[in-house]
Amino acid sequence: MDYHSVSTFAQSYGLLYLFGLFIAVLAYALWPRNKEKFDKAAHIPLEED
Amino acid sequence: MIFIPKSFQNSSSTPEDNRNRRNLGMNLLWLAFTIIGVLLGVILSAKAVDPTMMLHGMVFSIAAVLSAFALIARNYRNINSPGLADVNGSVNYNTEIIKAGVIASTFWGVVGFSVGLLIALQLAFPVLNFDLPWTNFGRLRPLHTSAVIFAFGGNILIMTSFHVVQRTCRARLAGDVAPWFVFWGYQLFIVLAATGYVLGVTQSKEYAEPEWYVDIWLTLVWVVYLLVFLATIWKRQEKHIYVANWFFLAFIVTIAMLHIVNNLSVPVSFTGVKSYSLFAGVQSALTQWWYGHNAVGFFLTAGFLGIMYYFIPKRVNRPVYSYRLSIIHFWSLIFLYIWAGPHHLHYTALPDWAQTLGMTFSIMLWMPSWGGMINGLMTLSGAWDKLRTDPVVRFLVTSVAFYGMSTFEGPLMSIKAVNALSHYTDWTIGHVHSGALGWVAYISFGALYFLTPVVWKRKSLYSDALVNLHFWISTVGILLYITAMWVSGILQGLMWRAYDAFGFLEYSFSETVEAMHPFYAIRAGGGALFLIGALIMVYNLWRTVRGDVRAKEAGSLVPNMEFAGAR
Repeated sequence: MDYHSVSTFAQSYGLLYLFGLFIAVLAYALWPRNKEKFDKAAHIPLEED
Repeated sequence: MIFIPKSFQNSSSTPEDNRNRRNLGMNLLWLAFTIIGVLLGVILSAKAVDPTMMLHGMVFSIAAVLSAFALIARNYRNINSPGLADVNGSVNYNTEIIKAGVIASTFWGVVGFSVGLLIALQLAFPVLNFDLPWTNFGRLRPLHTSAVIFAFGGNILIMTSFHVVQRTCRARLAGDVAPWFVFWGYQLFIVLAATGYVLGVTQSKEYAEPEWYVDIWLTLVWVVYLLVFLATIWKRQEKHIYVANWFFLAFIVTIAMLHIVNNLSVPVSFTGVKSYSLFAGVQSALTQWWYGHNAVGFFLTAGFLGIMYYFIPKRVNRPVYSYRLSIIHFWSLIFLYIWAGPHHLHYTALPDWAQTLGMTFSIMLWMPSWGGMINGLMTLSGAWDKLRTDPVVRFLVTSVAFYGMSTFEGPLMSIKAVNALSHYTDWTIGHVHSGALGWVAYISFGALYFLTPVVWKRKSLYSDALVNLHFWISTVGILLYITAMWVSGILQGLMWRAYDAFGFLEYSFSETVEAMHPFYAIRAGGGALFLIGALIMVYNLWRTVRGDVRAKEAGSLVPNMEFAGAR
């Protein structure tokens, strides 16, 4: 494992990894079933005693 | 010397006895730590190989002795108190630690801004270096940066995170002595770091100047901070962890990681201040700017975004514009920021692809940054009139606008071709200050103005007119500062790269320094206005704490909604 192979790995699979993560986050945030949970969560600061 | 409660002599035990016994046990443990602290300080001081270690050992010992006294006094005081249990179904929040945070952050803010003004004047008028080692620019500059970032900003972050995590989890802050250890331990870190700088102790890493022993102390404090925060989340009564807490948690965890890795070093002697970094050459540079840029990303951005996501909805009494956007904002911000550091090392020995990578990630950061800015600003939709009627909202909203502006400018400057002009010039200083003064300080001022009436249980601030005055004076100050630095920076960059017909450099370096003079004077003027604004805030907050209301405004002040709710 030399410098070149490490940098090639970082430059290719790094992209796939981060893009995959981004898709997962988008899916989680925009999933229709989660909408109600998030709408409720947005009100947490306003509902304190 | 140590108080034994009466309940220890009885064989029957009630829940209250158990609590007292547990508290005494914990207090004895903390007391044991202070004794170790005293001994450690004395040994370091006695065996010191240099005068600064001798002094710092003594400071450490004295701090430990004072903590021991405070612990014993606290044990006596609390022995018959009703305790920390919830009263009448509502949570008994720890507001004392928030009050301490308001005082400490306001104090360090004024100190940091004052030193900033002094060094700005030193650049314009070098005679103000006074020809003394302790007061020269090289030593006072880290004093300024650390005072504003770590002392002012850090205290603001610890205070607001402790407030927000309690409120949004509906649980009292975890720990009894532990939060106070975090608070006072952090102040001790500031004192050790600051006195070290003035005496010439530095490991020469920007924003990570404190030497190895101060770094170890901060690591200890920070781990306890993380534990207090996590334990509060652990015992929450609210199922969902509100987004502000995610930002605070990312800030605490990432700063721990950055701090430990960048400060890995070998001390020359265990009783001396000097150490050598584990890294050398380009590895050292990359580690340093991985640290340095993520100090911006996670300390000055993620942490303060936690403030934005709580205090703006709270102050305008509306939920955040889009909670879904806040989730996307969070994850994309933290996963992109961590790679942006190499843009500090364009055209250096760093491999070219790594420079391009840093630039690319910096440009991609436009997206989450602007998503977050839109989310913060649009929270006001339907309540824009508050911008006119509530000067605290004006601070909060302007801070988000500055966040948008400086996160637009930053990626622009990370582009190699732009960086070739902007790097090492005053443009960078201007950029940093539009973020630090406009975004970080303004959202902090908003939080301070919001929190002071809340934790001291006052109906309103002393005066809204003074908030307004503070706002306009400091805004003019910021504008003078950043415009002067833009002009100065671009001028400087252009003069450095100017060639004459024969291919020689057109200007000598000292000619470029001379050209900067008027802009340095304007910048110092801007800094002076900013400091005056902060002093107005100190006066206003002090009168608010005393419970005063400015007679002229008595009928028109924006009410503290939590106070009205409690009545």
